[in-house]
Amino acid sequence: MYAQMVKSTGKGLKSRKEMTPEEGRFQDRIDAGEKIEPKDWMPDGYRQTLIRQIGQHAHSEIVGQLPEGNWITRAPTLSRKLILLAKVQDEAGHGLYLYCAAETLGVSRDELTEALHTGRMKYSSIFNYPTLTWADIGAIGWLVDGAAIMNQVPLQRTSYGPYARAMVRICKEESFHQRQGYDIMMKMANGTEAQRAMAQDALNRFWYPSLMMFGPSDKDSVHSAQSMAWKIKINTNDELRQKFVDQTVPQAEYLGLTIPDNDLKYNKKTGHYEFSDPDWTEFFEVLKGNGPCNRERLGARVKAWDDGAWVRDGLMAHAVKHSAKIAAE
Amino acid sequence: MTQQEALFEFLLRLGDTTLILGHRVSEWCGHGPVLEEDIALANTALDLIGQTQLWLGLAAEVEGKGRTADDLAYHRDAWDFRNLLIAERPNGDFGHTIMRQFLYDAWSSLILFRLSGSTDPGIAAIAQKAGKEVTYHLERSADLCIRLGDGTEESHRRMQDALDALWPYTGEMFLGDDADAVLVETGIAPDPDDLRADWDATVSRLESEGTLTLPDSSFAQTGGKTGRHSEHLGYILAEMQWLQRAYPGATW
Ligand SMILES: [Fe+2]
Ligand SMILES: [Fe+2]
Repeated sequence: MYAQMVKSTGKGLKSRKEMTPEEGRFQDRIDAGEKIEPKDWMPDGYRQTLIRQIGQHAHSEIVGQLPEGNWITRAPTLSRKLILLAKVQDEAGHGLYLYCAAETLGVSRDELTEALHTGRMKYSSIFNYPTLTWADIGAIGWLVDGAAIMNQVPLQRTSYGPYARAMVRICKEESFHQRQGYDIMMKMANGTEAQRAMAQDALNRFWYPSLMMFGPSDKDSVHSAQSMAWKIKINTNDELRQKFVDQTVPQAEYLGLTIPDNDLKYNKKTGHYEFSDPDWTEFFEVLKGNGPCNRERLGARVKAWDDGAWVRDGLMAHAVKHSAKIAAE
Repeated sequence: MTQQEALFEFLLRLGDTTLILGHRVSEWCGHGPVLEEDIALANTALDLIGQTQLWLGLAAEVEGKGRTADDLAYHRDAWDFRNLLIAERPNGDFGHTIMRQFLYDAWSSLILFRLSGSTDPGIAAIAQKAGKEVTYHLERSADLCIRLGDGTEESHRRMQDALDALWPYTGEMFLGDDADAVLVETGIAPDPDDLRADWDATVSRLESEGTLTLPDSSFAQTGGKTGRHSEHLGYILAEMQWLQRAYPGATW
């Protein structure tokens, strides 16, 4: 997902007997569905895991601006340009809310940014794929925002208050994004032969990377078990992936497009689609930095940050001068 | 020149300027110096492209040949574009971008204020809406230019460089021609030269508060308003219009 493979710092799930009294009371609050707020006591592992998860999510929003930003100057109509600009701006806003949520846990935005730029923190693998045609902008809205929603809707109920509230705001906008993306796909799928070909090609390229967004199967992962006990992860990766496929296949059919999976079939008994796994070797390569765009994406962020240093310094220097002036008056 | 021709020309000048400047500003998306500025730049670009739809929409209506705002944006070549040259100046560093924005906003807020009282109700309505947006843009661009002018040594130097480089592109805003004259007569638009004194007053804040030096030159690069552009515009259009040109007849 936007936060893939976040390791919890718990050493695996503690039994009630192993918990300190404080940890026990904390778990009781979580189990009772109470929200944990910044000033409340929390286990260090809970705090660290959340910082990683929210930070990675924030970074994904920020880096996620780049593949779509790539098409703003080439958007085919003025209104498509406006919609895309607004969408990319929303993603920056999501990044901002999430950095603010992370700050309530005692980590600054600058620290998180630094961790991203030095490669200590990751962002979602999906943003390391290129946007090659205008249909990719449709496919990203439809599939990538669609997958993000699958994960983020349950996170509105996550145990950490600031994170849950950020998710409520974000989810509203993400569903707009998904509708707008699907609308582009509709136009393309019902358009000229070249447009239909572009739409199919975009689906072919983005299908498996979208499935990868949920991360590898985590049925037996100790980290996931701890995160789920803390309610900072609500569903398993496989549950969410299945939900995504079940929702998306009929949408592709409606567009008249073909999901690039020969083994895809509907299982009447379970009521779910059966589908092929993405290539997990590719996924791990992308995480390691070997995706098609890793260098460009991170490079663009580092460049923006470095090029902007004089601006940040200048504004800071002015603020200092200005407050000195006020103090002197 | 008939009033209709003059009006079409005038609306293209407004709409093409917002389109090309909006295009330039949108190039920043995802690359701003700090997250808040990234968001603010995207917001400026959004407003400018939104204004483009209105100005070019009205231009198309005035022309009466069944064209749309999109037709005008995507299916004219450079010599038919009427934007001010300053709009097509490359982004350069953030200092250039925000200085360009300030010099333009200072003019734009003035002309929009005057156009809000235009005898043409269509123009007045657009100007009122756009005026509110530009008031906010000006507040922000002025504030940034002043703070960075009076910031560090480096930020001061960069802002001065930007001001020096862009200064020759400001004079064009105040030069009128036949089209302007026709519209001044009927109270549709102000005389461009009338805006200069107020613009000077706004821009002098760069000196008084931003510690910058206004260039001592009144030389003006001109041509944008009549379709003689810099080399940059061709590349902007090649990028902007590419899909429409490559797939004629497709709807998006
Ligand atoms: Fe988002
Ligand atoms: Fe989104």
